Amino acid sequence: MTDWLTPEEWSALGLSLKVSVVATLCSLPFGILIAHILARKRFPGHGLLNGLVHLPLILPPVVTGYLLLLGFGRNGPFGAALEDWFGITFAFRWTGAALAAAVMAFPLLVRAIRLAIEAVDPKLEDAAATLGASRPVVFLTVTLPLILPGIIAGAVIAFAKAMGEFGATITFVSNIPGQTQTLPTAIYSFLQVPGGDGAAFRLVLIALVVAMAGLVLSEWLSRRVAQGIAGR
Amino acid sequence: MTLDIRLLHRFADFTLDLAFTAPAGLTCLFGRSGSGKTTIINAVAGLLRPDQARISLDGVALQDLPPHRRRVGYVFQDGRLFPHLTVAQNLAYGARVRRLPLTDRDRIVDLLGLGGLLARRPASLSGGEKSRVAIGRALLAGPRLLLMDEPFAALDEARKAEILPYVEALRDGMDLPILYVSHALPEVARLATTIAVIEAGRLAAFGPAAELLSDPETALLLGLRDAGAILTARIEAQEDDGLTRLRTGAGPLWLPRVEAPPGQMVRVRIAAQDVMLSLTRPEGLSALNLLPATVLALHDGDGPGTMVQLDLAGQKLLARITRRSAKAMGLAPGQQIFAIVKSVSVARKDVGDATNARAG
Repeated sequence: MTDWLTPEEWSALGLSLKVSVVATLCSLPFGILIAHILARKRFPGHGLLNGLVHLPLILPPVVTGYLLLLGFGRNGPFGAALEDWFGITFAFRWTGAALAAAVMAFPLLVRAIRLAIEAVDPKLEDAAATLGASRPVVFLTVTLPLILPGIIAGAVIAFAKAMGEFGATITFVSNIPGQTQTLPTAIYSFLQVPGGDGAAFRLVLIALVVAMAGLVLSEWLSRRVAQGIAGR
Repeated sequence: MTLDIRLLHRFADFTLDLAFTAPAGLTCLFGRSGSGKTTIINAVAGLLRPDQARISLDGVALQDLPPHRRRVGYVFQDGRLFPHLTVAQNLAYGARVRRLPLTDRDRIVDLLGLGGLLARRPASLSGGEKSRVAIGRALLAGPRLLLMDEPFAALDEARKAEILPYVEALRDGMDLPILYVSHALPEVARLATTIAVIEAGRLAAFGPAAELLSDPETALLLGLRDAGAILTARIEAQEDDGLTRLRTGAGPLWLPRVEAPPGQMVRVRIAAQDVMLSLTRPEGLSALNLLPATVLALHDGDGPGTMVQLDLAGQKLLARITRRSAKAMGLAPGQQIFAIVKSVSVARKDVGDATNARAG
């Protein structure tokens, strides 16, 4: 069953899935934290933080990619520090593609979770506090279960965005087959060479299938969780 | 068990500034909407940080503790059950987060009649059921003090009648001080051991319920229409024609059927406007209840009425009559007269349990 895709195409698909899963899972805790801060706290700089989170949504992806290259490239301040301390390299590695995908998907993730948190009545959290729950326990036992549908929705839309990320990825980590070549950059490469249309079309079909599967899965999950909360 | 409260908090439009000591039993915070009642119990619960506060329960200072360390049970006006948990999980929540054993559950479940609801979710409960679960959840968190903020405001009269006996059972059966917010006087008259009248953030009156409700001056404060004293009486017999005979110090009192066994103590609210006065024992009158009484005081209102405070063998009763009648009858303190109460004017909701009350 593997012969209907070339090894190069398989590796692009595999890499795309890996990059998107890692990008989504790693950004989820930060997304929940930032969404919670934006939804529930009022402080000077609230607007600035909100703007910063949304920046990748409005900047040209090329600009975001270039900023990542400046910051997280081998000679960038963050890139060099992370390499020295943790041995994590982003430049021209799949990890860089994951970082680019996570940054680009972050506004969508935060937005979905923030809406869910804002829909939770803070009075329920007060009630939990009077029953003896400290703030972290209130979050884990009341807020988190109630925003689970929003978290799932946010994660799915972030995953979809990560699967489709192109501009920032190709700017930050280039388009190296087997290293940083994801589905979209592979499709782009195939379209650049004569006779590559067939391969490009196969990858387009795969992208469609993955996107549809993700959508159906998230619908089903959200409905199940929502039913669990409403108790029907 | 006493609760000392001293609060000062400035809002944009008014200042809350009061102090009182709530004894054991149920202390009712009574006042109009916006007078600061909910602010007081939110401050006790720690959900609001007043500008200045001294709150101590049996000498233990609460004001600097975060809400989750105060061990204060709070029954909210809107229930606030957790929608994602079953009734059983809602009830167990306090014990679970405090890592305490859920020792009292069966008793509380029985007391509040929750046995059939345990597997259900809040979304499928009626208003009255939600209120009962909310009370049970607060009790099972092991509180040292119970706060109730108009817990039944959203219920109709029938549901309220169904749930008030449970609150009476709490008041009389558990060693737990209760702070109860209400603006419905009949409910206050039925439940309160002590009443604190709050007006625009200040304490307008404070004292034992029986005294406060039969004081003509505070009666005006509580609202003329609803003014009425409470009598404690013992059920003597259920009679064949649908009446219940009760014994008061001043004589028998017949009321429409009160569902309680003979010997049981009840408290009966008698509205001031339902009491007539007569100088002599009247003959040929349809009203059944004729109680010999002594005039204690008269208090003229702004309108044509006057409030007469009566002594009924040690208990106090209020009668609201016109100033013209009072003058014609020549009413004066110390005078012996008869108070006339129509049996049917006392509604079922005006009669409550008073198991632990002293005999009248």
